[in-house]
Amino acid sequence: MSHTRSIRELASDLAAKKISAVELTEHFLKRIAAHDERLNTLISRNEESARERAAAIDAGDNAGAALAGLPIAHKDIFCTRGVRTSCGSRMLDNFVAPYDATVVERLAGAGTVTLGKTNMDEFAMGSSNETSFYGSVRNPWNTDYVPGGSSGGSAAAVAAGLVPAATGSDTGGSIRQPAALCGVTGIKPTYGRVSRYGMIAFASSLDQGGCFARSAEDCAAVLQAMSGFDARDSTSVEREVPDYSAVLDSQGDDFLEGLKVGLPKEYFAEGLDDASRKVIEAAIAEFEARGAEIVEITLPHTDLAVSTYYVLAPAEASSNLARFDGVRYGYRCENPVDLEDLYTRSRGEGFGREVQRRIMVGAYVLSAGYYDAYYLKAQKTRRLIARDFSDAFENVDLIAAPVTQAPAFKLGEKLDDPVSMYLNDVYTLPASLAGLPGMSVPAGFVDGLPVGLQLLAPWFEESRLLGAAHAYQQSTDWHTKRPAGFE
Amino acid sequence: MAWETVIGLEVHIQLATRSKIFSTAPTAYGAEPNTQASAVDIALPGVLPVINGQVIRMATLFGLAIDADIAPKSVFARKHYFYPDLPKGYQISQFELPIVANGHLDIVLPDGTEKRVGITRAHLEEDAGKSLHEAFDRDTGIDLNRAGTPLVECVSEPDMRSAAEAVAYARKLHALVQYLGICDGNMQEGSFRVDANVSVRPVGSSEFGTRTETKNVNSFRFLEKAIEFEVERQIDVLESGGKIVQETRLYDPDADETRSMRSKEEAHDYRYFPDPDLLPVIIDAAFVEAARADLPELPDAKRERFAAEYGLSREDAAALTSSRALANYFEATVAAVGGETAQHGKPAANWIMGDLSGALNREGLAIVDSPVSAEQLGGLIARVADNTISGKIGKDVFEALFKGEGDSADAIIEAKGLKQITDTGAIEGFVDQVIADNPDQVQQYREGKTKVIGFLVGQVMKASKGKANPKEVNQMLAAKLAE
Repeated sequence: MSHTRSIRELASDLAAKKISAVELTEHFLKRIAAHDERLNTLISRNEESARERAAAIDAGDNAGAALAGLPIAHKDIFCTRGVRTSCGSRMLDNFVAPYDATVVERLAGAGTVTLGKTNMDEFAMGSSNETSFYGSVRNPWNTDYVPGGSSGGSAAAVAAGLVPAATGSDTGGSIRQPAALCGVTGIKPTYGRVSRYGMIAFASSLDQGGCFARSAEDCAAVLQAMSGFDARDSTSVEREVPDYSAVLDSQGDDFLEGLKVGLPKEYFAEGLDDASRKVIEAAIAEFEARGAEIVEITLPHTDLAVSTYYVLAPAEASSNLARFDGVRYGYRCENPVDLEDLYTRSRGEGFGREVQRRIMVGAYVLSAGYYDAYYLKAQKTRRLIARDFSDAFENVDLIAAPVTQAPAFKLGEKLDDPVSMYLNDVYTLPASLAGLPGMSVPAGFVDGLPVGLQLLAPWFEESRLLGAAHAYQQSTDWHTKRPAGFE
Repeated sequence: MAWETVIGLEVHIQLATRSKIFSTAPTAYGAEPNTQASAVDIALPGVLPVINGQVIRMATLFGLAIDADIAPKSVFARKHYFYPDLPKGYQISQFELPIVANGHLDIVLPDGTEKRVGITRAHLEEDAGKSLHEAFDRDTGIDLNRAGTPLVECVSEPDMRSAAEAVAYARKLHALVQYLGICDGNMQEGSFRVDANVSVRPVGSSEFGTRTETKNVNSFRFLEKAIEFEVERQIDVLESGGKIVQETRLYDPDADETRSMRSKEEAHDYRYFPDPDLLPVIIDAAFVEAARADLPELPDAKRERFAAEYGLSREDAAALTSSRALANYFEATVAAVGGETAQHGKPAANWIMGDLSGALNREGLAIVDSPVSAEQLGGLIARVADNTISGKIGKDVFEALFKGEGDSADAIIEAKGLKQITDTGAIEGFVDQVIADNPDQVQQYREGKTKVIGFLVGQVMKASKGKANPKEVNQMLAAKLAE
């Protein structure tokens, strides 16, 4: 059963020719064909190109590359040459990218086979995957529930075993939250670690590519291939990328021994669902049992994160999405009567409601007379939030917290209540604003729905996150659980 | 009522880089539409800008040349508006923290006095594409070749008080950026674009009047005319009891008038904010000093040096340094004459600003396209200086060089047999003949009408076909007539 094996196992099977890349690709394509009508995790399936690519790898392409022959899926926010790149929007329904994002290029260089493009909230704006032009993704653990967002398609596809790993992007929690809600392992690296070139921008100062897989060990292998400086992204950081898998191998089970882990009291205050709290507390007890020192810390500006984020992210989004004007590519309205009409209707018809809402908010907070009160003030509170973390990391090695206040909610439940939807990100937004690396690790279940443990580390300490998660996964089996019907 | 004119200029200086400010696409002018626009320039989803380091260096050179502050930290900001030739829906510019601030340029006014014009700021930005309305039936064509071309926008203080001052400032700036090698200065191709902010106020008033901004002025002559028109228009409006509307106006050179383009009520809220795709530009002292070391000699310094080194008048020195190409031509000419350079400055200046510039104007040529090279002109000046030919014959040799009738002055002198006759025996023959042929004039001279010697010299020159050395002819005639 190839879909239950780890990436390391699959890689060694492929290298030993126990299985061919074509066979592995066919296996996952079959699972997609069998399950994806129900889950809707993929916007585009690339069966033909995937088969050709797998055959080429069997014939020697990318021989010896770390992930040669490994099937993956890319969030539809990453540009893929010759393949529709929709970003979950009607606006780009007809857009076939003429180039590959750096992430796509690097993973291809590592030998991966792309099976398809995963569903997502439109332009990554949403926490439930319900804003996609291509319909909601369903949570494999209970298909009446949301998978989280915005990278919901990637998280659900990995959870259902349709792909061993998938890429995602996290602006305010878009990797960690769906990873938590779908019971998979997800990592958002430090801002600047993974190139943003070719990743369609939502909020440039926050967007960061990352990945989903079944375990920390698998995430390490995929993240390794994605990471590193890219001259095409001015915000990419020129800094050596450690060998993540080697770190896990060398420290393994002992990683948590002596590690000082901070629990921010603000993340365990009112609002956290009791059952979820118990799951998180049990996970922390396991950390302690494995030698971690647990201390309470404070991140005093946590309550400013939601309002800060919902000023800055829409501001940047309103600007980043200005290029979608119906002129050069993408959706154009029928028979525009003049330029004004072309703009108004192309954007009015091409963008969904949530995207329009954020563009309006963003344009408002940047407009003359409001800029200082909103945008500038939010930049200041953002710095306060970041300073909370740098102060905290003076005393602790790692921060552990819940990812969400509660497990997945029902489809449609919060769709007409944007503020309640926004509050869903209350535990993931602060680290995004600070640009910190974060992970979600499966930690248990509440009423059959997964709960994720959030781990945060200092800037560029992805190996610490992966090491801690890996050690935890050595003595727990939450990450190996499979939703019924997708075994 | 007497009115005072107040003018400030905003000049867009296109930087002469090979590639664009944020992409690797080439900047060359005149290519097929949309063949020089990369994924970044057409703003495909997902692309990101990366700053071209040359642009920072050029802006720094410019800042140093206008004696401005170079910002240790400057920030790119997004300026938002929707237009089909603006692919991203925003222009990357600089807003609160420009790279250059607090500079100045000293101009020489037509009456010879100097005036200092303040330069508030100069910031970097990218150009937009072009909308082509003519070539298509009911549609508009978009050419994005120009999108992303690097510009410095240089904003002056409202320090100018007449169209003539504005033109002097614009010309000075135009010469400066070419001196620095950061702009080709081609106004027809839009490499140097001037917008004029013009207002008028009663003489003695300390408050500024409402200003208009006039765009689309693509020559210095049009700048002068546009400002003059605008000043008259504003005075007419005010004197007939009206009010000036703050607006953008377009100069129409065919009608020689400015017309309203858009008023402030329609003006955009550009919603500037720092571009999160680009890091702040950090410039340290070492970078500035390296740029300073690279600065060429600037026009004012060159003018002073020309005046001192070549014994030129201030006016001649200013004229010769009005462009780097002209100044280079002058120095190359002087060098080609050889010997004591100080002695050849004046004749070289006279030749260049006289015959050469006249001939170039006649043919509509720029100095860099001169058919007479500096080496050729220097060779000619040397032959006049060493009396091989007279100045008058020199003009014929110059014309021959200009027409390409020979490779050098020497070759032409040789081929045409123009060598001056300095052999006293030969000259004496001509002189004796002329004295013999013109007894009346000789008589008049001897009776005290010494001016008549000019006529006699002319006769000798004529007889020698212009080749006799006029100085020797003069001396010999004077001696013989005194006998």
